[in-house]
Amino acid sequence: MEKVTVKICEGTTCFVMGGGTIKPVLTALTQRYAARIEIVSARCLGACNHADSFSKAPYVLVEDEIISAADIEKVYAAIEKRLKND
Amino acid sequence: MISSELETKRLKREVLVRLIRAFLSDNFAENTRLIPYDMRPKYSDVPFRCCVYKERGILRARTLAGLGFSIEDDDEKTLLSEYAQRALQRQKPDSNPLTVVESACHSCQAARIYVTDLCQGCVARPCMNTCRFGAISHVNGKASIDPDKCKKCGMCMSSCPYGAIVKTVVPCENACPVGAIVKDERGFARIDTEKCISCGKCVSACPFGAVHAKSQVIDILKQIKSGKEVIAMFAPALVGHLPCSAGQIKDALLKIGFSQVYEVAQGADVTATTEAKDFQERLKNGAPFMTTSCCAAYNELVKKHLPEIQPYVSDAHTPLYYTAEIVKKEHPDAVTVFISPCFAKRREVLDNPNVNYLLNFEELGAVLIALGIEIETCADKEFAYQSSTEAREFAVSGGVAKSVQAAWRGEKDAIKPVIVNGLDKTSIRDLKMYAKTGQCPAGNLLEIMCCPGGCVAGNACLGALKDATKKVKEYGAKGQSLENRKE
Repeated sequence: MEKVTVKICEGTTCFVMGGGTIKPVLTALTQRYAARIEIVSARCLGACNHADSFSKAPYVLVEDEIISAADIEKVYAAIEKRLKND
Repeated sequence: MISSELETKRLKREVLVRLIRAFLSDNFAENTRLIPYDMRPKYSDVPFRCCVYKERGILRARTLAGLGFSIEDDDEKTLLSEYAQRALQRQKPDSNPLTVVESACHSCQAARIYVTDLCQGCVARPCMNTCRFGAISHVNGKASIDPDKCKKCGMCMSSCPYGAIVKTVVPCENACPVGAIVKDERGFARIDTEKCISCGKCVSACPFGAVHAKSQVIDILKQIKSGKEVIAMFAPALVGHLPCSAGQIKDALLKIGFSQVYEVAQGADVTATTEAKDFQERLKNGAPFMTTSCCAAYNELVKKHLPEIQPYVSDAHTPLYYTAEIVKKEHPDAVTVFISPCFAKRREVLDNPNVNYLLNFEELGAVLIALGIEIETCADKEFAYQSSTEAREFAVSGGVAKSVQAAWRGEKDAIKPVIVNGLDKTSIRDLKMYAKTGQCPAGNLLEIMCCPGGCVAGNACLGALKDATKKVKEYGAKGQSLENRKE
């Protein structure tokens, strides 16, 4: 089974808008899926750099789905959805 | 930072970014006035409040705090554009660091003991029997508390076999260690500035994001724009709160327009050695214990609520004090800015003529976003001064005590450190007792930090505590220990 990749944007904008707090909590919360997912910090995904899109940071990429205004709940839900579809 | 806080922090940061963008634009006043409308335009969703007008009203107040004004003094008639002009004309920033957005304050239900629906109306009625104030009666087969008689002792709560009685709290009041934020007669939170130690616990605690720091960001950007020599001094905790190295932080600050960048860790070296000498002197004179003196909220606490402990507080100044002294000696005409993990340092900055302004981590982050500075692409710059391992780790709970131990030249086992990791009602009560009795049974060197975790857990921090602590320690490990330093 392929692993579900979760990329947490740690570009300046996403980090400042709260992205820097997601990884440790998310990693702890998804312990039981540890073998099936991979959570990584990513360089700027480029989602924030037009007009007002900074206000929807932090961005997180779960496979090919981009989550805006990401928080633990949203990212967790997206991960679970992927795992169920697998 | 827990997830529920994230939403209020994001809102506050978005306002700051927009405000800084407005400042950088060719029409600061007008673009500032438009911030609430840009964030909640016509027909937009209303994510949090009853209507778009209320949301805009609150955003207007948040913008005011960003401009550095007291929301309490606002007449609500003056346009934001007018305030923007006033912010530009202001020579000195406002003194008290915190302000409450009344329109955002939910005027929460006052703290009380409350019987929930889970009350079974049992026969034994332990709640009624334990209440010494006769506040509980049985109404319609359930316990009921008369709020006028209830003294909130909580005896009924612990006696209920179903755990059906709960105590509700007001988050800001509950978080404040000194009782400085209380509801006024209309039920809205008010800060008593005479009591407030500016620790910022209420800022993080309020789930409505109603408590704001009054920002000096416009004052600072104005100084930079005017072409003056503006020097940044950043707190050791910052290394843990941006996704880059200390050298890259320096480059990012230079890109913002600061002419020079100093690590406050440089001053922390002086604090550590001064404090070690001070402690040695005190022990020789028979002092039972000494407390550290670098936490601004603690110093404010001593001044306002705990004067009896003053004789036990180290005479060493804070790392910021020594850093600013060095900077002003080297650059007497420069404007100095401290980059801070917390709000409490505002008081210290006000009292120190060598430091002109304070920019907290959140505000710095907003400046980086507004200017489009991508830190991961910044160059890794060198610092003229190599700070020690211990100085770099000052920001982590236990770090200050460790630095004093490393700088210690006396008998090795004379130091018995006690780490007071966070100021709250309990730790303050303990400190009071140590001062009163003149002894501390647990040890003799008391390291006191207001935020549990240290400055890396400051209320204006950006990242997660665990990661930040790790990064700060990694950076510390790259330095040389004070133990090996020649006097």
